[in-house]
Amino acid sequence: MTDFLNGIHYNSWILPALLIIPLVGALLVWAQGGAHRDDADANAEPARHIAVWTLIIEFVVSCGLWWSFVPGVAGWQAGVDYAWIPSWGARFSLGVDGISLMLVLLTTLTMPLAVLGGWTAVKTRVHAYLAFLLILTSGMLGVFLARDLLLFYVMWEVMLIPMYFIIGIWGGQRRVYASLKFFIYTMVGSLLMLVAIIYLGIHNRDALTGIPNFSYDAMLASGALTPVTALWLFGAFFLAFAIKVPVFPFHTWLPDAHTEAPTAGSVILAGIMLKMGTFGFLRFALPLFPGSAMNPTVRAIILTLAVIGIIYGALVAMVQPDFKKLVAYSSVSHLGFVMLGIFALTVQSVQGAMLVMINHGISTGALFLLIGMMYERRHTRMLADYGGIARVVPMFAAALTLVSFSSIGLPGLNGFVGEFLVLLGAFRTYPIFAAIATTGVIFAACYLLWAIQRILFGKLDKPQNEHMPDLNWREIGLLVPLFACIIWLGVYPAPVLRRMEASAEKVVRTVQTNAALSESQTAALPGGE
Amino acid sequence: MALSSSHPLAGTIAAWMWLLPVLPLLGFFINGALSILGSSHVGPSDPDMGHDDHDASPAASDQASHSHGGDSHAQAVPRFRALTAIIGPGVLILSFLLAASIFLAMRGVDMSAPFIQRYWSWMPVGDLRIDMAFQLDQLSMVMVLIITGVGALIHIFSVGYMSDDPGFARFFAYLNLFVFFMLMLVLGANYPILFVGWEGVGLCSYLLIGFWFTDNANASAGLKAFIVNRIGDVGVLIAMFMIFANLGTLDFTGVAAGAAGLPFGGALVTTICLFLFLGCTGKSAQLPLYVWLPDAMAGPTPVSALIHAATMVTAGVYLIVRSSFLFAMSPIASITVAVVGAVTALFAATIAMKQWDIKKVLAYSTISQLGYMFVGVGVGAYTAGIFHLATHAFFKALLFLGAGSVIHVMHAAYHHSGSHDDAQDMRNMGGMRKAMPITWIVMWIATLAISGIPPFAGFFSKDSILGSVYEHAGDSVLTNATWLGMSGHTVLLAVYVIGLAGAFLTAIYMTRLMLYTFHGPSRATADEQRHMHEAPWLMTGPLVVLGALSLAGGWLNLPSIMSFLGPVGGLDHWLEPVVGAATRTVTNGVALEASHSTEAALIGAAIVIAVLGIAVAVLALKPASLVPKAQSPAEHGFEKVLANKYYVDEAYDDAIVRPVYGLSKNVFWRGLDAGIIDNLFVNGSAALARGLGWIGARIQTGSTGVYAWAIVVGAIVVLSAFSFR
Repeated sequence: MTDFLNGIHYNSWILPALLIIPLVGALLVWAQGGAHRDDADANAEPARHIAVWTLIIEFVVSCGLWWSFVPGVAGWQAGVDYAWIPSWGARFSLGVDGISLMLVLLTTLTMPLAVLGGWTAVKTRVHAYLAFLLILTSGMLGVFLARDLLLFYVMWEVMLIPMYFIIGIWGGQRRVYASLKFFIYTMVGSLLMLVAIIYLGIHNRDALTGIPNFSYDAMLASGALTPVTALWLFGAFFLAFAIKVPVFPFHTWLPDAHTEAPTAGSVILAGIMLKMGTFGFLRFALPLFPGSAMNPTVRAIILTLAVIGIIYGALVAMVQPDFKKLVAYSSVSHLGFVMLGIFALTVQSVQGAMLVMINHGISTGALFLLIGMMYERRHTRMLADYGGIARVVPMFAAALTLVSFSSIGLPGLNGFVGEFLVLLGAFRTYPIFAAIATTGVIFAACYLLWAIQRILFGKLDKPQNEHMPDLNWREIGLLVPLFACIIWLGVYPAPVLRRMEASAEKVVRTVQTNAALSESQTAALPGGE
Repeated sequence: MALSSSHPLAGTIAAWMWLLPVLPLLGFFINGALSILGSSHVGPSDPDMGHDDHDASPAASDQASHSHGGDSHAQAVPRFRALTAIIGPGVLILSFLLAASIFLAMRGVDMSAPFIQRYWSWMPVGDLRIDMAFQLDQLSMVMVLIITGVGALIHIFSVGYMSDDPGFARFFAYLNLFVFFMLMLVLGANYPILFVGWEGVGLCSYLLIGFWFTDNANASAGLKAFIVNRIGDVGVLIAMFMIFANLGTLDFTGVAAGAAGLPFGGALVTTICLFLFLGCTGKSAQLPLYVWLPDAMAGPTPVSALIHAATMVTAGVYLIVRSSFLFAMSPIASITVAVVGAVTALFAATIAMKQWDIKKVLAYSTISQLGYMFVGVGVGAYTAGIFHLATHAFFKALLFLGAGSVIHVMHAAYHHSGSHDDAQDMRNMGGMRKAMPITWIVMWIATLAISGIPPFAGFFSKDSILGSVYEHAGDSVLTNATWLGMSGHTVLLAVYVIGLAGAFLTAIYMTRLMLYTFHGPSRATADEQRHMHEAPWLMTGPLVVLGALSLAGGWLNLPSIMSFLGPVGGLDHWLEPVVGAATRTVTNGVALEASHSTEAALIGAAIVIAVLGIAVAVLALKPASLVPKAQSPAEHGFEKVLANKYYVDEAYDDAIVRPVYGLSKNVFWRGLDAGIIDNLFVNGSAALARGLGWIGARIQTGSTGVYAWAIVVGAIVVLSAFSFR
């Protein structure tokens, strides 16, 4: 496989290609719609096929990364670097490393499934819907792949706009409120981040020409921010990422957005877009501002918020009457584990956090797909409207049970490995936080198993549920890859861990050394903490 | 596949030990596939449009499952029944035969070190190395033989018991999966693999308790079991984190080596042990986490026999014996285990006295007997704990299967008469010995065994535990330890007395169960009695085998005082390489050997207590005067408290479940989330922005005069601000 990939110079074109393929697909979808694309359901079927095949090609092409990626190398791989806006010093430079590799693959896997999941649910303005999904794909991949902070920011916004429309146009009852809330929440954070990025770019400007420099690697190498400046800049990044994660108490956009979005939107939001925040912490906030992030006070506050998120998210999820909202709140809990792992900063906890990001994408993505299937059949998301349907839809029941156990971290399935590593690693640096967080596994069992009991078990007492059709071939087909991942990552995660290890170790090492360095500088400064 | 090729077992049949759990796993996949194939068809391509073309509801939904108390039986012939009936028990029998061959291979070689096989690297991260690896030693061998042996018998019994159930294939799929996880639990070579099995059996327990899920109470019982177990699992997780943080490994061999270097009786090892024991109280249903096990009786009776009596619930005992190198280092944790075990043994026995549901009596009895096992492993008598685990697996599986047989017959009779009475309530039974002589005899064997009458199996194992308590109270590292301000000597003597008291009650409640079920006049109608007859051989066969084991199980480990019966201390010698060192740590390096006169006195006391218990029950209870459940008067006073299980469930509900739910719903969700964060801050700031915009819009009047005034005022403010600096 590696020889073949070298033969076709895979590494030299793959990353730009991953950004371009979905855009081409979007153009094709739009063109196919022709003049009637706004109201034409009649020719929506070909558009759906164009979209899904584009995304399948994208996935197949991206799979080469799994083999071309060299484990044990901490730096960028398959990198490309072109001039983009020379006068601003912005470059179109991409690269993949152990932190982003699995997230890229998760994205390319999730996207075709998300489109398949909403195959029959979206019936209006199908062309626009599909085009937005395809543009979104490029945006999200761009965020994971960018090696230039201005490019990163542009991609961050590119991904925001299609999602705003997807929620606002094809969402549920309260879609306008939810989409505005999502947009404004995210914008507040990201505008501050833009200011910080511009500051950093100018700070790193070329001494001779005065042209700013937004290159990630250059910023990493330069350092030399005063502790106070670093803390302000860290604060700006923190707000942007904390909202995206979301960290308690910045999470209230999430239940609305996830609940009102159409199935594909929820799957993408939960599966991929929530990881942008934690990815941002790992990629930018920690390595760029190690002194601020590792400041004992800052760290204790963030860890406290993470642990609150784990417990609070689970408890609030437990009392939700709406299944989709329940799963949305459960994301707050899961992402709390990721934050705990990142800020505990041990090799195990950081790799565990990276794995939880992937696992949450798979499990919660699958949960939202299953909720979509329920909703298409019964047009309700309320738990109270179900009950006893395991008798009518045994395959659906088996699927929901498997995914639920994956989500609550049953050992042998994917969810466990990530959470276990996070807690095991975090216990080495913050035993009390880790011990409290461990109790989260109890509440996870409470909210999800109680929910599936109310859906699947008990008397089949609602006549509308008596003739629910079981899963069809399309639905089985789109769930099977996720099930395969659930079992594979639970039983044999070592290949994934190997690919993450070098990059995770590098983050841990550099942040620890630089934090110690800046601490000694701070100590020398009068008035420093 | 990396083999430890230097071990004498390498290259023998033991190298196939991976097949032990893989066989039941295969059974799970096949039966699971049959279950799905047999009960569903794929839906239409557009689920929204499909309501009308969907021809028929699946087979299962046609079943009017009528329920008598707990077990329900719907009448239908499930598809692929014969195939499942062969594969389900078949994989277990093959697994047992393989286990027996491995056992024979082990007997011939030097087994001073465990035989470890590494299959693949599970979690390699930094300095953490967790392998998917199995460890075969004398302890895991004993467990494997019990699990596959008793498991095979229960699988065979289930073919008869579940024959009419529409979920036949699903039942065997779950049961096979359970055996797979149980074998992972006892074969795992490190704590995380053990934990895979530990939670996996919890999953199967959940699925099987809620097997008849159309009744919401069953599903709730499954949920309760899983959640209560998870509380314990948090303890196991934290213990693992502590072990790794301090010893840098989670392999049993590595931890055993590292534990020797920890300070004896130190806070660290005590904390680790107490967290591990928290897990045991969940999985093995000890105080305060025992509450799920009585509810777990909602599952089909073979499940109660296999999972909630013979195997899964003993996992906590196994975990302590497996971690004996840690527990032996901590007298405080060890005494805690013994005290919790003893108190649970007595507490559960008192509740069992007043239960009417035949399965509930056995459930509390199981909790009580597990308490004895913890008493054994708590005082450092690890072999005695495993010995009682083994004999209990025989006689309690037998009691449950026998009870299942009775319930089966009651159901069949009620089915004919159309009665909706409770088929599990002993007040509705009576005189069953006439209809079911084989069941009657084997259940008496099991009753005598659990009561501690020689030469039945339970006598030897219970005596071995109580004897060790008495001996270790006198001279061991526990003797001089301080536990909550009391000397270990005093505490252990109290444990011994509590143990004897529990044994007395055990004899009473078991005799009560037998008298009310099998003796006296039948309280069923004449019509119902006509339809009562002995279960088919598929069900009685396993009962007879278990009866023989309950009779002869004591010969596994005869006490030295009874050398006239045969070779003594078989299990002691067999387990020596695993627990010998830990036992010697507890006993100060000497093999404790009570004088024969003391030992004889102890045995005598135990026999007297047991006989007395049976005698009291026979004399005091009048099965003839019992009336069916429907006409029974309500209990009063302490009887009512016992019948209501000391109201512990209600107390937990009021003290924990409701407050947490209310807090989450009203304070966190409605109050903090929707109220403060969303309404006050998020929507509040939006309202503020709207308000400012409104003011801004008002100001833009278009009147030049107003603008001019604003400029003048603004200029004055700015200028004065600068001048005052």
